[in-house]
Amino acid sequence: MNALARPLGDLGRATLGAFAGVGYAAMLLFEALYYVFAGWRIGQPVRVAAVARQMREIGANALPIVALLGFTVGLMLGIQFIASLSEFGAQSQVVVAVAKSVTREFGALITAILVAGRSGSALAARIGSMSVSQEVDALAVIGIEPVRYLVAPALIAMLVMLPALTIFANAVAIFGAALYSAPALNVTPTAYLLQTMSLLSTGDLWQGLSKSVVFAVLITLIGVSTGFSVSGGAEGVGRATTRSVVLSICWIIVVDMVFSFFLNR
Amino acid sequence: MNAPVPLIEVEQLEAWYGRRRVLHGVDFAVNAGEIRVIMGGSGSGKSTLLRHLLGLQRPVSGRVKLFGVDLGEASERALLDVRKRIGVSFQGGALLTSLTVGENVALPLREHTTLDESTIRIMSRLKLEVVNLGGFQDLMPSQLSGGMVKRAALARAIVMDPRLLFFDEPSAGLDPVVSAELDELILRLRDALRMTIVVVTHELESAFKIADTITVLDQGNILTTGTVAAVRASDNERIQDLLNRRPREVQVDADAYLKRLTEEEA
Repeated sequence: MNALARPLGDLGRATLGAFAGVGYAAMLLFEALYYVFAGWRIGQPVRVAAVARQMREIGANALPIVALLGFTVGLMLGIQFIASLSEFGAQSQVVVAVAKSVTREFGALITAILVAGRSGSALAARIGSMSVSQEVDALAVIGIEPVRYLVAPALIAMLVMLPALTIFANAVAIFGAALYSAPALNVTPTAYLLQTMSLLSTGDLWQGLSKSVVFAVLITLIGVSTGFSVSGGAEGVGRATTRSVVLSICWIIVVDMVFSFFLNR
Repeated sequence: MNAPVPLIEVEQLEAWYGRRRVLHGVDFAVNAGEIRVIMGGSGSGKSTLLRHLLGLQRPVSGRVKLFGVDLGEASERALLDVRKRIGVSFQGGALLTSLTVGENVALPLREHTTLDESTIRIMSRLKLEVVNLGGFQDLMPSQLSGGMVKRAALARAIVMDPRLLFFDEPSAGLDPVVSAELDELILRLRDALRMTIVVVTHELESAFKIADTITVLDQGNILTTGTVAAVRASDNERIQDLLNRRPREVQVDADAYLKRLTEEEA
């Protein structure tokens, strides 16, 4: 009896915990949006300076690494498509294959995974260590709602910067692909890029961008909710940081698949 | 003359952590102008009581009123108004590590007032002078010693000139000289700024030095509330244990003991 009851109990507790986590994240999202739109009316305005600081940290500071990864992924896609499509003598299709796969999938996905690792974990670590050292409590008793001060600026910054970084990654990746593929196709890189432009539809771009908006919400919420639920000192902060990265990346990939399915029916 | 209206009123406050009851129907009142020390050993529930007084935890049952406002039922706006009138110095200081000392002290002014930058700067430096930290405004909290962090936290707590100041463990982790200085500072604040001060501590010496009245908390119950002399003279055994640093004699209930040892989910 006991042998069965215990795993069932564990399963039940884990399920409840997962639901509670989703509920908590949803509550944080609504609270943050509430402060963004109505905070100033109740004396809890979201400060522009705080949003700008977060935008710099999440967006501007990530530009070099996004450029590097975007370029590498573009190059890699160029190499793979040239190799595999030439088996059918269809090298000329490389341009459209790269253009669509980058704008619809890889730009958004690579950027989101990178930002989850860089900024999602930073949010979790920052809020986690603030909870541990009572800084979150201190904010609350000073009369600064922690969600308004810590979550809302990060959410806005993420919602603006992740799509912006995605567009940037798209451009760099296609450029990377052009550098490798153009010589293989006997065209100039400029011609390659022009052809890409003519082949891309706004729908392709929107597909990637709409996903990046959802990823932005996911990364922020997972980062801040794991941060707020830290207990157990420095070790807890470390665990929360790891957890936020792993959870974010899992959710990003699963949500990406679900979106791809529905957007391409 | 009317009886003074208490600034803090706590009625029948209960608190639970899971299945463990931490506060057993606590009644508690603090009048304007007094320094109240809440004393008790570890696990007596004094931190939990403080969290309720600050509105960080909502009471499961019972009420907590500050300035006559019921924290459990107050609207967000009313709660904010209460919070503008209280100052809190946390045990570890809880300075925001991303801001300088000066920015930390100025934070409440920046958030709650429309004063211009130079007034804010002068006011926050003034408060740093009060706690003898003049000239330290540009350092980061990590560059301060333990005693300095506590004093900076105190400066932040009093920067809005609160009527009510909470102080969690002022002398924990400090050497005797620094903690004596902090005690002096607390007394001075009451006399100079007419603050009502609630201090949570387990340090006997400092408690007796600063307190007007003492509330002794033990295992979630209030044992007594009274003047320093009354508490010293109390014939309650647990209070005398606390005062004389006697280890408590734990009575073992044989059945409960066996149950704790054998039960799978204690």
